[in-house]
Amino acid sequence: MTPKALEGVKVLEYADFVTGPYCTKLLADLGAAVIKIEIPGGGDPSRRRGPFPGDIPDRERSGLFLYLNTNKRSITLDPAVPMGRKIFTALVEWADILVEDHAPGAMEAMGISYDALRGFNPKLVMTSITPFGQTGPCSGDKAYGLNISHGAGSGYLTPVAEAEDDREPIKAGGFFDHCCSGLSAATATLLAFYRRKLSGDGEHIDISEQEASLAYDRVEVGIFANENFIVRRIHSGIGVALAPCRDGHIVFAATGNPLHWESLMAMMDHPVWAKEERFTDQASRFKYAREINDHLSKWTVNHTTEDLYRRLAQAGIPVGIVRSQSDLVEKDAQLKHREFFTGIDHPAAGELTYASAAYRFSETPWRLDRPAPTLGQHNDEVYGGILGYSREQQVKLRQMGIL
Amino acid sequence: MKQNALEGLRVLDFTQIWSGPYCTMLMALYGAEVIKIESEKRPDRTRLFSVMLARYYEGRDTSPLYNTLNLNKLGITLNLTQRRGVDLVRELVKVSDVVVENFRPGVMAKLGIDYESLREINPKLIYLSSSSRGGTGPEWDYAGLAFMFSALGGLSYITGYADGLPSKTSGRTDLIVGMTALFAILSALIHRTETGRGQYIDLSSSEAITALMGDVFMEYAMNGRNQTRQGNRDAAMAPHNCYRCAGEDQWISIACASDGEWRALCEAMNRPDLAADERFSGVYARKENEVELDRLIGEWTATFTPTQAVEMLRKAGVAAAPSRSSRDLLADDHLRQRGAFLEIDHPDMGRQTLVGAPWKLTDDQNGLIRHAPLFGQHNDYVFEQLLGLSPKQVEELRREEVIY
Repeated sequence: MTPKALEGVKVLEYADFVTGPYCTKLLADLGAAVIKIEIPGGGDPSRRRGPFPGDIPDRERSGLFLYLNTNKRSITLDPAVPMGRKIFTALVEWADILVEDHAPGAMEAMGISYDALRGFNPKLVMTSITPFGQTGPCSGDKAYGLNISHGAGSGYLTPVAEAEDDREPIKAGGFFDHCCSGLSAATATLLAFYRRKLSGDGEHIDISEQEASLAYDRVEVGIFANENFIVRRIHSGIGVALAPCRDGHIVFAATGNPLHWESLMAMMDHPVWAKEERFTDQASRFKYAREINDHLSKWTVNHTTEDLYRRLAQAGIPVGIVRSQSDLVEKDAQLKHREFFTGIDHPAAGELTYASAAYRFSETPWRLDRPAPTLGQHNDEVYGGILGYSREQQVKLRQMGIL
Repeated sequence: MKQNALEGLRVLDFTQIWSGPYCTMLMALYGAEVIKIESEKRPDRTRLFSVMLARYYEGRDTSPLYNTLNLNKLGITLNLTQRRGVDLVRELVKVSDVVVENFRPGVMAKLGIDYESLREINPKLIYLSSSSRGGTGPEWDYAGLAFMFSALGGLSYITGYADGLPSKTSGRTDLIVGMTALFAILSALIHRTETGRGQYIDLSSSEAITALMGDVFMEYAMNGRNQTRQGNRDAAMAPHNCYRCAGEDQWISIACASDGEWRALCEAMNRPDLAADERFSGVYARKENEVELDRLIGEWTATFTPTQAVEMLRKAGVAAAPSRSSRDLLADDHLRQRGAFLEIDHPDMGRQTLVGAPWKLTDDQNGLIRHAPLFGQHNDYVFEQLLGLSPKQVEELRREEVIY
């Protein structure tokens, strides 16, 4: 099989739920060897989150866990006890990269801070992911994903409002914001790892999920700082119509570019309303965007999403269909052609369809080689193979509750 | 002292607008020499106009928007509609490591500077094309902007109020795509250190969004159900919402994952009756009665500013944060103490305050970050020092509108 880009990179994951596991999933799917440490007993809490086939809870069949942990190996280990810590440091010696998501100070309390671990592996790249970072007055504050999305500013800009209203800001759907922070953490990790390949220097990366999210809103924040304007939910979608169709919604932008506007008007048989002066001038169209959208909606609602998508796209107008999950899996011709969804069998959950990745490399494939691990599935392989414990020693460790 | 992470790496940046420029700016912030290629005929449109503000900028060097997305880069002007302009690109490719472009699909091939044409002159080259739908398939040449990536990618469908429309998304979508591009480039660079070989990367911006919500498809794969919009709510936590506070457009987010946190919230609200109320006993009951639960919490938060409410909840050990506007973020003490913002002097705009790099690496040259290049600012350095042309040759190329 063609080697992947990160073949040979060794990663230890001591993180759970979404952000940390998504970070290492990105690495594992490109070929890194990822060993995931799970707490003996229950393992990663995402195993309890679901969704489950037939809605029957089963820690080996949680959709969230299955997606976030493809291509990884799982071991059970409790690094908080002395023997567990010893095993943890042996794994750190093996690893190039450690990704962890414990509260600031928690790793130190267990005797496995970056400074301590450097003694075992001076070239270690360690990525620590926390809601607010390792330092600063709020570093110890409790926060769930919801609080990070709002505390970092992305919530305040969502949903992009169609009209002035007075409803609460919201977060992006699902675990999207978590995954975006995981992507930042993975990118930071590769950046430090690349430097290490050239210079031999290790690194401790402090990922604040708040700052990872804030960075994606640098334009909006800069607008207040330098142009004295607070971007609110009403401002982000200017010039973009969200228009109803017979079978769903499309979004498109035709008011700005004069050529696009002309094409659209031709498609609509040059409606009378559009001949008013405030609609013929480009700058003025931005000002009256809402009225324009009302006019356009009366036209779009008589068509199907697919029909308008093809026609507007062929005219060069930026357009998209608001796609549901079933649309994407079943109907999207482009994703089908690019084989974006791919199947893999799992011993407990069976064959399921998974989303892949956005990048196609000419030399090094993205590939699902193994499904998410069952809890402790690779204990033998890791304890026996990599660390060289005898079967007898492994049994003892299990009896002590360390594995 | 450690060297910068991407020290010694040279990047040719053909990108425009938000997404591509953010990817290459990150490379520049972490030490790469990024050469951004524009021209009289095709200046980056963010130099000229801000759609969000419906504002035109004077000249080409007064746009804060361009500045915030192009820090630390070098800027040259090269007319790619002239043969000699393209020849100079090929010269630059010989001494570069990475090319990033987000032209309309097909344009680079027409110019003769697509990956297939350039790999011959530099087999170590890593070349990323970023497009709306990816470079293959029936929609390979469709144009796209950020809000389409979210619609086509599936994010709009799951983002919004439970009783409302799907949400368009803000420009951050573009920057997220830019981060995905950088992740892919770094993977290829690491591979190159092992093999000495470069490669081509075809990035689909709409797939980038789908890949960041891949977990949502598991419910469909397992049970055939589509997840729809749920506002701020969570399947396994209650309360889990954003509540109105005193003041205009002021809100606080509150989430409780356990009965203990719920009781702590009741205590902070001085409502022991709610902690004892059967309707809210256990997360299952709280989910069942979430509308009433949210109404009661909202009544309490409305009497405080977000700062006051957060302070009380923080002491009680309840997870809470204001829904921060850009003004709130810039004033935030925690972010300021962590150095999340930068101040940079710009020759035509004066002092600019900007969000810094998304994370810091030891010995990053944060203090030395330069403003975005003025239009054509580094023509002399790139054409004379890097490519070894004489000042006379450069002058001639200017006159003939090649360096233009």
